[in-house]
Amino acid sequence: MNITIDVKETELQTKVRIAGEIDAYTAPKLRETVFPYTERETSNIVVDLSEVSYMDSTGLGVFVGLFKSLNANGGTLQLIGLSERLRRLFDITGLADIMNINSEVEGGV
Amino acid sequence: MEFREVMQEKYKEILESYMKDQNEQALYLSQKFSRKSIEHKISPEEIISLHKTALLDLGIEFSEAMLPSFDILLEVMMAYGLAYREHQNLRTIQQELKSEIEVAANMQQTLLGTQVPDVDCLDIGAISVPARQMSGDYYHFVQDEQGAVSVAIADVIGKGIPAALCMSMIKYSMDSLPEGQYEPSQVLESLNRVVEQNVDPTMFITMFYGMYNTVNHTFYYSSAGHEPGFFYDHKTKDFKELYAKGLLLGVSKKTKYRQFEKKVEVGDIILLMSDGVTECRTEEGFIEVDTLKGYIQKYIHLEAQEIADKVYKELEFLQGFQLRDDFTLIILKRIK
Repeated sequence: MNITIDVKETELQTKVRIAGEIDAYTAPKLRETVFPYTERETSNIVVDLSEVSYMDSTGLGVFVGLFKSLNANGGTLQLIGLSERLRRLFDITGLADIMNINSEVEGGV
Repeated sequence: MEFREVMQEKYKEILESYMKDQNEQALYLSQKFSRKSIEHKISPEEIISLHKTALLDLGIEFSEAMLPSFDILLEVMMAYGLAYREHQNLRTIQQELKSEIEVAANMQQTLLGTQVPDVDCLDIGAISVPARQMSGDYYHFVQDEQGAVSVAIADVIGKGIPAALCMSMIKYSMDSLPEGQYEPSQVLESLNRVVEQNVDPTMFITMFYGMYNTVNHTFYYSSAGHEPGFFYDHKTKDFKELYAKGLLLGVSKKTKYRQFEKKVEVGDIILLMSDGVTECRTEEGFIEVDTLKGYIQKYIHLEAQEIADKVYKELEFLQGFQLRDDFTLIILKRIK
């Protein structure tokens, strides 16, 4: 039940690499770490989930929260490196239709 | 005699007896004394002071030079005494909180209570087990005058007390839907508006809403980001996913939900569940959907409630009797 979150800021975007499990125990840490970046004006956040082995609905809630906050502040959220299992989670919940997922454009991994 | 004086006397007796012949009985009495002291909130430094007084009272021969050393011991124990008192206070507070949560959990049970409908053509079973004291999972049955049976199964994202409060809100919205308006897509659209307006932006709800029409034996359903259920075809002995895609409740105000339908024959079974069932984790990893289907298949000949209970027991066993997520499973079996 561990998570490592690594945030790298460049001029164009804020890149967040997450490794481990995102569940009820680790979700608060993720929210606290990333949320402040969403409140800046027009911040572009790219989250790399390729090393995430598990995510439950609480984790999903964090991303919806980030997405809403970014939308409100004119920013963008991009999720990359989703495993098939994670991809399914975003598909079922309809979030894949409204979020930018696995598109990996410019400067992706 | 004051309580402290009694303690003083008692301590002196024990000490005197032990100093004389180092008997086991005195050691046993000391243990008893220690428990009694804790019960009466006597702090460690008070015990040292007791010891010092007892030694002096008994006139036991020892070097006078030793005496001041007890003052040091006493001072050193002071912080332990404080920590101990703090611990006592916290324990009281913890007890209070625990009983308050118990009251709240009971209240949730009462508030969210739902009756499994009694209809001739369906055998219905339901089980819902929270991982913690209060559940984020919720299911609700509604039966209308035309005989249609509606079932909602939901999971509030975010666990514990906030989730439970949110669930109550949803239940009241569902109960206050206009009579006869149980079309799944409409229900979800109207609940979505409620959640979008009222709930904290980081909290979301997944819901699967289905309506079984007992006249034409068709199951109508829509999903708001909820785990798809299964449909067991009695003839082919095969499971199909009740796939229905739709956005979580509370994300976007204008969300529309698509409604699907499935004709149900005698012997067919509809299985609805929370993600605690499919995202069930064990030491070795996730439980694959096929494993789950295997369990259901194993008990499929039983009554609906028995299937639900047995599948839960199997998954509970696989997880080492420690649920990580709330677990809910609902089974509707057409029997005639």
